[in-house]
Amino acid sequence: MAKIELKNLSKTFGSTDVIRGVDLTINAGELMVFVGPSGCGKSTLLRLICGLEDITSGELLFDGVSMNDKVPSERGIAMVFQSYALYPHMSVYKNMAFGLKLANVSPQEMKNRVLEAAKMLQIDHLLERLPKQLSGGQRQRVAIGRAIVRDPRVFLFDEPLSNLDASLRVDTRLEIAKLHHKMKDTTMIYVTHDQVEAMTLADRICVLRDGNIEQVGTPEELYSHPKSLFVAGFIGSPKMNFLTGNIAEQHYCHTLGIRPEHLVVDQQNGIWSGEVVHTENLGSDFFVFIDLGTSEPLVVRLDGQERIQLGSRLRVRPLEKHLHRFDNHGLPIPSKSYQEAI
Amino acid sequence: MFKKHILTTPEVSSLQRQKLRAAFWFLAPMLLVLFCVAAWPLLRSIYFSFTNTSLTNLYGGEWVGFKNYLTWKTFSSGRTIYSGTLADPAWWNAVWNTVRFAVVSVSLETIIGLMVALVLNAEFKGRGLVRAAILIPWAIPTIVSAKMWAWMFNDQFGIINDMLLSVGLIDHKIAWTANLDTAMLSVLIVDIWKTTPFMALLCLAGLQMIPRDMYESAKIDGVHPIKVFFQVTLPLVKPALMVAVIFRTLDALRMFDLIYVLTPNSKATKTMSILSRENLIEFDKFAYGSAQSTLLFAIIAIFVALYIWLGKLDLSGEKS
Repeated sequence: MAKIELKNLSKTFGSTDVIRGVDLTINAGELMVFVGPSGCGKSTLLRLICGLEDITSGELLFDGVSMNDKVPSERGIAMVFQSYALYPHMSVYKNMAFGLKLANVSPQEMKNRVLEAAKMLQIDHLLERLPKQLSGGQRQRVAIGRAIVRDPRVFLFDEPLSNLDASLRVDTRLEIAKLHHKMKDTTMIYVTHDQVEAMTLADRICVLRDGNIEQVGTPEELYSHPKSLFVAGFIGSPKMNFLTGNIAEQHYCHTLGIRPEHLVVDQQNGIWSGEVVHTENLGSDFFVFIDLGTSEPLVVRLDGQERIQLGSRLRVRPLEKHLHRFDNHGLPIPSKSYQEAI
Repeated sequence: MFKKHILTTPEVSSLQRQKLRAAFWFLAPMLLVLFCVAAWPLLRSIYFSFTNTSLTNLYGGEWVGFKNYLTWKTFSSGRTIYSGTLADPAWWNAVWNTVRFAVVSVSLETIIGLMVALVLNAEFKGRGLVRAAILIPWAIPTIVSAKMWAWMFNDQFGIINDMLLSVGLIDHKIAWTANLDTAMLSVLIVDIWKTTPFMALLCLAGLQMIPRDMYESAKIDGVHPIKVFFQVTLPLVKPALMVAVIFRTLDALRMFDLIYVLTPNSKATKTMSILSRENLIEFDKFAYGSAQSTLLFAIIAIFVALYIWLGKLDLSGEKS
């Protein structure tokens, strides 16, 4: 159980600012996801928290105690690496027990802990195998198991699903969600570039961009009330439609955002119309790309049963309360000031 | 259906035959070159070792069987006299010198080389420069470095005597290369100085294959660095180390150039290669020298076979 506080945390490599004065509080027992495009500093932030990188300036607190000068092993953390980082010459059991040996744990307890974790992750039949004899998903479980046996205060995941294939990724995501429910006392930080992983796993999400925090909030908050154009575009799949120019001006903003799922086909009252230039059928959903004469086609989500012919003309209408208005700095225009503008 | 299957098989095998023929023609030039530069000279020296060929009459040798290796005569008095290389104390002295040299030099080069590689593997400013600098001893031709060291070891004017005297470690000048007690030490020092960079480079290549997060994981777990070295680094660098050790041992077993320049006639450093050359060229015992060359070849072949066999055993033990 640890509350993690980041106070004006910065990291520079040479002359490059990677993390620029980040302030963030992660509540005890919470699963916080760091998400952002590659190069946004999310992995560096994680490495600062676990102590693999030195903090350039600012302060890192676990339960109010400064961790700036503590070595990783004194911080009570465990980490699951993207590449699993299993020792190839050690059996699964040895891999899981290796970090425990010195922590003054009796051999019997060590064995119990490893067996317990292995059972929890359903890898107890693999304990004598070497990592190369395991599948990707099994290796990932071993890596997670190795972290569990240390009984950490803070559990860190660095893109743990990136090396898995699509179906295994969904399964393992579920495993991690279950793990979070079981280990209620453990604070978890999860780094990913995949917004779907972020949305499905997180208690709260921290969106990073260029070493700054763009927005922190629950998945719901980020989806419904993005605090910037960047967050609006990053969260949600397929991404939000952005309309500028005339169409935006008619709605008293610089950029008008509307998600594909908040557009309805309405051949009578539709305010935007255009030719269907592309369709995607995902079975459950049917996406229609309409050319409005803007730089990018407007994406509309329809029910999976619908069929629209390529080249046909469609009129669509946005759901008024789901419109997102942004000013020319990419910041949202509060609906109140919008009302006044009208 | 079965018949049909039989009928179709020749087609497959004709394709295979075509592949085999192509493979043969691609390999042929290499095989020819290898035969000319390796197999033919080797077979010829083995042949010479069973004759009484001399340097002055290379084609006039007659077959004498194992006389050059081992032969004995029993006198009527009951006394038996053995002769031939295998009964030659000079040969066994050379074998002992070579083995001693190989074991000590390769062990020390491996240990020091690994230590240097560990340093070079760490990140620090000017690492590139240090990496290049450390290769200098390896890049200098052996003749040059041997001569250079010969001057440094010189009993009258050598810098090593001068330095040791001035710090008081020795009280009189030592003839490093001439003295039987120190000749081997001198050769070892120069060889280790010269070859450690090579070892370090091979070890470094092995070390760089180890993923960084392996170390980071251990760091987060708080595993002691010494334990990490012995339980993570060493096992993972072992395959590269094995290759480096076998290369170096082969080199050391046929040690010639450095000793030829530094301590040419010292009994304490005469290796198998030095001795066989001496017999081949200087003493005009061409067939006798050929027998020694053949024995040297046999020893190296046995060593390589043993090493590969042991290496395989070890690997399969890990796999189980």
